Amino acid sequence: MTSALTLAEQVRSGTVSATEIVERHLAAIDESDGAVHAFLTVLHDAARRQAAEVDRLVAAGQDPGPLAGVPVGLKDNLCTRGVPTTCSSLILDGWCPPYDATVVQRLRAAGAVAVGKTNLDEFAMGSSTENSAFGPTRNPYAADRVPGGSSGGSAAAVSAGLVPLALGSDTGGSIRQPAALCGVVGMKPTYGTVSRYGLIAFASSLDQIGPFSTTVADAAALFEVMAGHDPLDSTSLNRPAPRSMGSLDDGVDGLRVGLPRELIDGVAPEVAARVAQAAEVLDAAGATVTECSIPELSYGLSAYYLLAPAEASSNLSRYDGVRYGLRVDGDDVEAMMRATREAGFGAEVKRRIMLGTYALSAGYYDAYYGQAQKVRTLIINAFDHAYRNADVLLGATTPTTAFPLGDKVDDPMAMYLSDVCTVPSNLAGHPAISIPFGTDAAGLPIGVQVLASALCEPLVFRVATVLESAAPPVTAPALAAATWSAP
Amino acid sequence: MTEQPGSSAAGDGGWEPVIGLEVHCELRTETKLFCGCRNAFGDEPNTNVCPVCLGLPGSLPVLNAMAVDYAMRIGTALHCEIRPSLFHRKNYFYPDMPKDYQISQFDEPINVNGWLELPDGSRVGVERAHMEEDTGKTTHVGGGGRIHDAQHSLVDYNRAGVPLVEIVSRPDIRSSLQARLYAAELRGILIATGASDGRMEEGSMRVDANVSVRRPNDELGTRCEIKNLNSLRSLVRAIEYEISRQVDVLESGGTVLQQTRHWDENEGQTVALRSKEEAFDYRYFPEPDLVRVVPDTTWQSEVAAAVGPMPADRREKLAALLGPDGATAAKADQIATVVENGLDVLMTKAVHAGIGAPLALARTANEASAEPDRARALDTAAYTALLRMEQDGSLSATQAKVVLADLLDRGGDPAALARDHGFEALGADSLSGVIDELIAAHPNEWTRYVDGDDKLTGFFTGQAMKATQQKANGKAVAAELRRRRG
Ligand SMILES: [Zn+2]
Repeated sequence: MTSALTLAEQVRSGTVSATEIVERHLAAIDESDGAVHAFLTVLHDAARRQAAEVDRLVAAGQDPGPLAGVPVGLKDNLCTRGVPTTCSSLILDGWCPPYDATVVQRLRAAGAVAVGKTNLDEFAMGSSTENSAFGPTRNPYAADRVPGGSSGGSAAAVSAGLVPLALGSDTGGSIRQPAALCGVVGMKPTYGTVSRYGLIAFASSLDQIGPFSTTVADAAALFEVMAGHDPLDSTSLNRPAPRSMGSLDDGVDGLRVGLPRELIDGVAPEVAARVAQAAEVLDAAGATVTECSIPELSYGLSAYYLLAPAEASSNLSRYDGVRYGLRVDGDDVEAMMRATREAGFGAEVKRRIMLGTYALSAGYYDAYYGQAQKVRTLIINAFDHAYRNADVLLGATTPTTAFPLGDKVDDPMAMYLSDVCTVPSNLAGHPAISIPFGTDAAGLPIGVQVLASALCEPLVFRVATVLESAAPPVTAPALAAATWSAP
Repeated sequence: MTEQPGSSAAGDGGWEPVIGLEVHCELRTETKLFCGCRNAFGDEPNTNVCPVCLGLPGSLPVLNAMAVDYAMRIGTALHCEIRPSLFHRKNYFYPDMPKDYQISQFDEPINVNGWLELPDGSRVGVERAHMEEDTGKTTHVGGGGRIHDAQHSLVDYNRAGVPLVEIVSRPDIRSSLQARLYAAELRGILIATGASDGRMEEGSMRVDANVSVRRPNDELGTRCEIKNLNSLRSLVRAIEYEISRQVDVLESGGTVLQQTRHWDENEGQTVALRSKEEAFDYRYFPEPDLVRVVPDTTWQSEVAAAVGPMPADRREKLAALLGPDGATAAKADQIATVVENGLDVLMTKAVHAGIGAPLALARTANEASAEPDRARALDTAAYTALLRMEQDGSLSATQAKVVLADLLDRGGDPAALARDHGFEALGADSLSGVIDELIAAHPNEWTRYVDGDDKLTGFFTGQAMKATQQKANGKAVAAELRRRRG
């Protein structure tokens, strides 16, 4: 697949029109997405209008933006004005936000063209995209396997070549895990660098929007377009976002790379082998690789599955049938709210609302929510300690490669374990990236993860660029669209 | 108001009431607490709304700095410690609450540990004064206007997200009267800080009362929280009702149940809404969409400087204008009224312009205070001119009150208003002529008056009024009579 930056350059230089690029990708979606089901809504008309606008700017000699004419998929928990935004939930079926998320505005301003809204686990709760009220997305490398989740639609869309760029949201690994399983680049920025305004909240203190792409440079470019202070988000950092584009090729000579055994032990042997191989690449490129241990990371998953549901139980209260979305009538207002929520939410969402409600209840708060907050602090301190001896950490993104559809739907605990390597970065608010690094024997993609401390995005992208250049060659996915080509 | 506010008003067989008040006041910010929508009362329903205050998916709150400013002014005026604070979410389902949680301050409020001094010198502790957002307003249509038998309900979200400060007193209040004084004094303070307009009838100041009774020096009794107190009058009535209800329960051997009770103004009684067991579990937790509020010292000192003088200081200043008289109970009451209505500036300017303090106080505490909003908007020069006409005898007291009513009603030049009423003062010549005629018509009375019977002053004044169709000034007539007697 032609990289986003290459496409943008073609548009900016007038070699290819935005319209031509967008038409090519819309055709690919129309032809191939039936098998993948990455998209819930395809924005044919809006995308064509926007491409025409980019072409008009180019023709007028005006700057069409750094991502001019690049088709982008938006996870369907990002608000788009006048366009259905469902969170893959029946409770929001048909709801059209009256406003655009800040990232959607920034993408448009950069010349990118939103071509559709992508599938996800309902309200971003899940690791397989099977918890979508509108049916699962399939892994482009194996149609009978999951793409990961919750941003499975965005990951699969990029993987299959339907779009060069997509946005996801990452609360406990929801960008990095599907990126690993679909063989694409997926990055979670530092909490507060990308505005959450217009991202439908799952767990507000953990959610962060980030890029999917086929190359590290594309991910860095998309991140730079999105990042930066937004007065509409109080948790948005009031400082310039870190710039990475200028230092992508600076290499890793002299960098200290830590290999925490908690991000390697217990993962599938083939995944662990790829991490070891990646460590050798960095070592050969001049970095000092050291094994280390951060024992606190092993408590991350337990803390995460208390904090995230607790926040979610409150964030999802507003879906009560009173103002928007689904309403199921009842004898009185309470009966109406009950019936609406009973009918509108899927099983996993209900499970997490109940977990979170319980964790916040009088008499249990200290033992659950309070304790989990303490663990969160411990993990932050442990990371700080680790970063005294390492500039970045390297580990697995996921314990396994893509698992078969239906494999874990009846075993939530097994599903939750998919997030074990990714959750710590969310708890700490740190950046992390997953980049494709070979496959297992069955040809399923494997991702390795690079982690760094807050606002160290430039370092993350630098290391990822080195790994990308030495990664084993990529094979075309089984469900590749005509637009797919090796990066 | 002769009762001692600090003492127990109930006197129910040795029971002591223990009362704490929770006062919600809406802040007078231009915009709402977490969005840019207009904060206005009485606009067309659902016109001052946006994704944030409607709680639309994906929207996020951004704290209004002016609301923090006002909250700190209130804290400063109530002698509170101002601290770094945190917002929490208070979770419960209600149709007029867009997010089904309220953003409020919980265990880290902005203002703590203050106090308020009442006009009688007693002090009531203020536990906290914290910020929170208001809910929308539900109107139940059909049935009795209550949610249970309504056909349907309409929700207006204009009020959703309006900034509130909730001021929680300590249980230091011992009578309904003291509760009234506290609420009135607090209202005066809120107005004085500029933070709120304190209008109970529009709901911009709302009072809940926690009431319990006990034997003096015993442990606190079980309390009930009374809601729906829409005026100072209902506050007093509801507390008195609740005290005697609880005393009755205890004296007949029962126990008071911890309840939330609703004041029914028409029936004159409180009715149980829900018991402690039915109370909501609000599942408070820190609001992750907002950051800690840490006002720096510069901001805090700016706020302290912006807070004007408090009612207690202002009462003292007015009392000083009156000299020793200012300390009497009757004058103190009038002074309190003037300050409560924010008319002390008006009165003080009149006194400084040469109007006698007793006259300025009487007109400001009575006629002007009957229309406080209009009185505050009054042109000081016009007000002073009117009082001068009364003072120098060109208008009688009765006439001055009539002209003042006009002035409050539509403004204008008091001399012209007086002419419109035909209140042209009789010139000294014509008054003299009138008195000549009266002496001629009542020679016996005149002789007795000249011999020292002062009671006849009233007789001649009355006759002069009658003869001039009330245009004569009583004081001027008396002065003329005295002059002629020599
Ligand atoms: Zn608003």
